[in-house]
Amino acid sequence: MINRKNGNVEYPVNSEAPAQPLVITGGRVIDPINDIDGIYNIILDNGKVKAVCTDIPSEYFDVEILNAEGMWVLPGLVDMHVHLREPGREDKETIATGTQAAAAGGFTAVACMPNTNPVLDEESKIRYVIQRGEGCPCRIYPIGAITKSLEGEELTPFGEMVKTGAKAVSDDGKSVAKSNVMRNALNYSKSFNIPVICHSEESTLSYKGHMNEGLISTELGIRGIPVIAEDIAVSRDLLLAEYTGARVHIAHVSTAGSVRLIREAKSRGVKVTAETCPHYFTLTDKDVGMYDTNKKMNPPLRTDIDREAVIAGLADGTIDVVASDHAPHVSEEKDVEFDAAAFGVVGLETSLGVVLTALVHKGILTPAQMVERMSIAPNKILGLNGGTLKAGSVADITIVNPSVKWTVDLDGFFSKSRNTAFMGMELEGAAAYTILDGKVVYWRN
Amino acid sequence: MKLQIQHLLGLEGVSREDINLILDTADNFYGVLQRDIKVVPTLRGKTIVNLFYENSTRTRISFELAEKRLSANPLNFAASTSSASKGETLRDTIQNIEAMKIDMVVVRHSSAGVPYFLTKCTDAVIVNAGDGLHEHPTQALLDMMTIRQKLGRLEGLKVAIIGDIFHSRVARSNAWGMKTMGMDVVLCGPPTLLPQHPESLGVPVTDNVDEALEGADVVMLLRIQLERQSSAVFPSIREYRDRYGVDLDRLSKLKKDVVIMHPGPVNRGVELASNVADSGNSVILDQVTNGVAVRMAVLYLLGGGE
Repeated sequence: MINRKNGNVEYPVNSEAPAQPLVITGGRVIDPINDIDGIYNIILDNGKVKAVCTDIPSEYFDVEILNAEGMWVLPGLVDMHVHLREPGREDKETIATGTQAAAAGGFTAVACMPNTNPVLDEESKIRYVIQRGEGCPCRIYPIGAITKSLEGEELTPFGEMVKTGAKAVSDDGKSVAKSNVMRNALNYSKSFNIPVICHSEESTLSYKGHMNEGLISTELGIRGIPVIAEDIAVSRDLLLAEYTGARVHIAHVSTAGSVRLIREAKSRGVKVTAETCPHYFTLTDKDVGMYDTNKKMNPPLRTDIDREAVIAGLADGTIDVVASDHAPHVSEEKDVEFDAAAFGVVGLETSLGVVLTALVHKGILTPAQMVERMSIAPNKILGLNGGTLKAGSVADITIVNPSVKWTVDLDGFFSKSRNTAFMGMELEGAAAYTILDGKVVYWRN
Repeated sequence: MKLQIQHLLGLEGVSREDINLILDTADNFYGVLQRDIKVVPTLRGKTIVNLFYENSTRTRISFELAEKRLSANPLNFAASTSSASKGETLRDTIQNIEAMKIDMVVVRHSSAGVPYFLTKCTDAVIVNAGDGLHEHPTQALLDMMTIRQKLGRLEGLKVAIIGDIFHSRVARSNAWGMKTMGMDVVLCGPPTLLPQHPESLGVPVTDNVDEALEGADVVMLLRIQLERQSSAVFPSIREYRDRYGVDLDRLSKLKKDVVIMHPGPVNRGVELASNVADSGNSVILDQVTNGVAVRMAVLYLLGGGE
């Protein structure tokens, strides 16, 4: 079990020991798939959900009780877009520290991107990540590369990688530039019913850019990444998905144009799902301020028009998922001149708090819609079994304290890296307990 | 008199009082430069590092001369690389230099925001000698000094800046500085060399050269980089010269006493015809002379000289 305040990280979690029965009492259980939203008890036994009920059966009178009064009890949250940096850049993050950060952020599962070193572009590397994830406080589902070494030329063995446990493919970090290669990837993916996750970026337009192209980039003298670099690539990927009939998932949507294109494609029946990240619905290019490299990511922070469109897309379901794009970097890659700074921010430990503060407490998403965006949809897209508290399902549960107020502070992070865009931000709501396989793996003091 | 600013990072946001104080002080140093002995003891004992990450001959020489004429000790540091992956980080470099006990840093770098970044790394006074596409404040100050010298005032004058606006930190610093001084600035160039979102510069932007030149008291041409032809920015030198270059024919349609400026180096026969560059309207060499005086003023005022 890991815990923020006293720092007693017990790792690896002893996965061999059987889960003891546990009764979670008095919490507001929000389980949209089973049409449940109310005050219930949940009984966990043998790592599974035994029942969601108002009474406690007599055989559970003596088991351990977790009082969840005033809290929300949710199916375990899933962050389907994280970079755990292992193998290759264990100085930034490891699968161990990344999954601790995930558990502390309320996530019971993450899907990790393949742009490691070496790239996750064959079966043995997928197997390595899965093995490294054993005993970690959060499930880890690898995403395989679309093309070998992310070079955009030759397809990777989707079939072997999926058989080993990959749940999707992506060349995240860049687009597959050649449309014919992307077309083949989409067609080939259909045999495995996996989504192709698109980092949609027309690189000839974003070339040498370091922030959103707009008034602020003009003022700061930074070369811009225009919104059309994303819109054009999203447009292409949607058209290819429509033509091939394959499933695409548009990663980290940041522009009003992308939201519009995806909404329109969905209305035509294109098999598209989409995600955005907490920074795109809370921050804009103005927050770059005086060359703040912790506000530098790709795609970049956009304008208020885009931010509002992303919020509208989350509200109406055009955007299915909130994912963090957790991208840890060491300080020497961020504490440098803006142009030389690495793209990306950490997000696992702030994502839930930001969603609660900026979306749920503001009435943009209901708590049930938050569960959709952070649990049900990513489970469905990746073909996982979670997202439900139905009797018999695996007891992966996130218990949220929706009202706890806290300030984002680097000292509290389990992640190895410190490059947050939300430093000093006051948030309302956080994970109180994270339960994996019926065992409490994280609790917040 | 003291400046409100502690560093010269750019002209955006710098007050009219500060700009006037720098220009007045520069006028005094201009007097010093006319003497036989062009040296004053005001910064004696101060060490100034010229940290140049980009090639520059004239700006570096101008700063170095200004430092020597203030009796400071210049130290030249030329570096060819900036990225952390290729060597020492900028923070480490500046802190190593600072550890040798220096007072001021004059910095030129290809990345915008580096002068600001350095103020977070060191206690030394920072002077921006050009940062990426962002600002080149001493160039704009010497331009304003030169205009004031020739036309006796700044307020109300119309200035047309013509050329590669997108890549020009000179155009940005002038736009902000001249606007503060009540001048009427227009930026002009082919649409491919204008910022896509220029409104934050606070001055009008046009691709119509005749409109820009209409009623201009000052015309500033910017160097056009000939290699931009190959990146599909403009089709040919001939077409650029024809549409945006200033030759005698265009000069004849301007005010008689129009001031022709260029931050250098000039592509003769491209943005500026030779006979215009060498005409009585051209103040290009005055700009170079004034550059030393303005840099003396900036270093003196920021360096706490006496």
